[in-house]
Amino acid sequence: MTTTTREPMVEMDGGKQKWSKWGLMLVIFLVSMIGLSAIQEIAGTSQLTSSGTWGAALRLTVPILLAGLGGLYSERAGVVNIGLEGMMIAGTWFGAWAGWQFGPWWGVAFGILGGAFFGLIHAVATVTFGVDQIVSGVAINLLAAGAMRFLSVVTYTIGSGGGATQSPRIQGFIQTFDIPLLSPFLQSIEDKEWFFFSDTAGMLGGFTTNVSWLTVIGLLAVPITTWLLWKTAWGLRLRSVGENPWAAESLGVPVMRMKYWGVVISGALSGLGGAYLVLVQAGIYREGQTGGRGFIGLGALIFGNWIPSGVLAGAGLFGYADALRLRQASAVHALLLLIAVLLAAFALWKLYQKSYTAAVSMGVFAILFYLWWALTDEVATEVVTATPYIATLLVLSLASQRLRMPAADGIPYRKGEAH
Amino acid sequence: MKVSKIFFSLLAPVSAIIFSLGVGAIVLLIVGINPLDAYGQMVSFSADSTSFASSINKAVPLYVSAVAVAIGFQMNLFNIGVEGQYLIAAMFAGWVGTNVVLWGPLHITVIILTAVIVGAIWAGIAGALKVTRGVNEVISTIMLNFIAFSAIAYLLANTFSVESESLNLSTGKLPDSALLPNLNFLITMFGFNEPRGIEIPGFLVIAILLGIAYYVLVWRTRFGFELRISGMNPGSARMAGVNPKKMVFYTMLLSGGVAGLIGLSTLMGKLGAYTQDFPRGIGFTGIAVALLGRNHPVGMALGALLFGVMDRAALVLKLEGIPEEIVVIIQGVIVLAVVVAYEIVGRIVAAREVTAAAEALKASNGAEVAA
Repeated sequence: MTTTTREPMVEMDGGKQKWSKWGLMLVIFLVSMIGLSAIQEIAGTSQLTSSGTWGAALRLTVPILLAGLGGLYSERAGVVNIGLEGMMIAGTWFGAWAGWQFGPWWGVAFGILGGAFFGLIHAVATVTFGVDQIVSGVAINLLAAGAMRFLSVVTYTIGSGGGATQSPRIQGFIQTFDIPLLSPFLQSIEDKEWFFFSDTAGMLGGFTTNVSWLTVIGLLAVPITTWLLWKTAWGLRLRSVGENPWAAESLGVPVMRMKYWGVVISGALSGLGGAYLVLVQAGIYREGQTGGRGFIGLGALIFGNWIPSGVLAGAGLFGYADALRLRQASAVHALLLLIAVLLAAFALWKLYQKSYTAAVSMGVFAILFYLWWALTDEVATEVVTATPYIATLLVLSLASQRLRMPAADGIPYRKGEAH
Repeated sequence: MKVSKIFFSLLAPVSAIIFSLGVGAIVLLIVGINPLDAYGQMVSFSADSTSFASSINKAVPLYVSAVAVAIGFQMNLFNIGVEGQYLIAAMFAGWVGTNVVLWGPLHITVIILTAVIVGAIWAGIAGALKVTRGVNEVISTIMLNFIAFSAIAYLLANTFSVESESLNLSTGKLPDSALLPNLNFLITMFGFNEPRGIEIPGFLVIAILLGIAYYVLVWRTRFGFELRISGMNPGSARMAGVNPKKMVFYTMLLSGGVAGLIGLSTLMGKLGAYTQDFPRGIGFTGIAVALLGRNHPVGMALGALLFGVMDRAALVLKLEGIPEEIVVIIQGVIVLAVVVAYEIVGRIVAAREVTAAAEALKASNGAEVAA
């Protein structure tokens, strides 16, 4: 997390720096894998790095990622979107309805449209009418939840096998694939239980076995977003609207239209995230299925400092914790030790940098986490459920100097205001 | 002048309500239901004493919630965390209430104080983060909502619950002396029938007192003045010697403290305990009511009553085989429509003022030229 990750736009001498960035990532990856393997040995669990956990983590990451990326488009265009949750709910309902009626890929399309529709409402309210963006977001969350319940009662209660709170099962499923040769090879290494190698194989295996095509699409949204927003003229315009709409308009950028694009794409991506929950994870729509993932996506957006790769990192972290909770709650306990070790390492790093207060406070937290690990046998599942929210609060309060949200985020803009 | 002012302040909410009923009617038409029939059923169902009591029952917590939100709105602070604040406050209040034995009125006071303090602490976290670390209160209160839900789930399952036959986790029934008496005599003394299965909550009295206290605090005290000018123009408020950080923190504490009261009409009324199925969502609907009533104590009371009546009337739709969720849709549309309407009316009024000023200027210039 050095300065290079903060603003890809200002990266001047690309070549050399890029290599060091990849090198750094490789080092971080190797160190964390060795760390995970070691922790796993000490704590006596195998779930931290099993392919099953990684596969589940991937499936739990994608919806959060999509909601977070949705928030990214909107906030990069200067519109705060706390209606992500409502748009995601619309995505789950329409995804399930079309999936039930016509098949899963239609579910994907309708989920996107359903989310985009609520995105459009948010855009009309906030961009055209200049309504407070938070108020509109709250209203969309209320409205979407009520409207989907209404639609369920109208469509599912009579003779479909569903009900007021859930849909009938969707027809068919989104195809999954294994990478030939690689998946079985990784599986065989994982079974050998070699320190580090089996763990790495478990992770790679989890990412390459039984992967849904929709997962691939969801993950591809990250590079596509980076390319769209940072490498195209359209993206520059969109971001300029979120940074300084007055200057953007004076340069001839259609501010209102760009904001509309941002907010509607935001809804579409959240809707896709909702459809993913239905089509890949559950195979059915249930009321309350999103479980606050829209808000977790908002957390991932902040955690990731309003850049796509950061959103992916945040979503991945929250998805991994959730996967552990679902697969083996006791494995979560081992994570406490991991956090203690990480904090201790951080404390040593701060000591080396001669910033003693930070070192001491980190050290104290490391000891507290170690004691928590040593003195208890398990972590309450509620603690894990609250983790994304606590992490977001911690990042906001401890690293707020490093965060850089779009400068005009949340500020209503009226056409021609600059003149 | 006075008449046109009242006209313009009523124009936005009334047109928003009419618009939302229209949207609801269109939705009903699409699914093949006669909207006039549905609305007619709702109106006739609302006109009896049981419905009246039920509407009041629903309106009281909504009103308290709206006041909590409105306190923040007065200085442009958005407390979305009312939801988490009232739930966690109600749970602690229920737990404390069942675990202390006191003389009735004192017992009630202790329960109310617990709720206020817990609500204030939970909102105070967001306030403290804002003034010390600059964390936006919208994001922090959203996150604190979910942390509160997790904390409630944990504490209710592990620490606060009492043994009972039902699977519904609960903090245990409060003793009768800790419950507020119902106000059903308000209905019977006018010769109407006693409401069936529902009570006018005694908490209504506290809610009315709260509304008066809110009015006095915001419009008749120095603190309220500083609160309002901080909201209107933070820059000049600071120049006038108002400490913005102190104001933010106190406002969050106050808002959270009031939020703590939301659950009490249920806790100390019919339900008598904090349970797993304690009513949720009042914190978010309260935002809608505060917007509809434009942060004014009387406006919010009317808004809360409207929402209460709608919630009650929704029940008849279910009996008639009409999806009752149409009411939630109408309420959601009201929130959006009312803010849009205020925006439009604001622009019209501003345009009228500009025209009036221009004409006055022209007239005075003309007079000068003539002279």
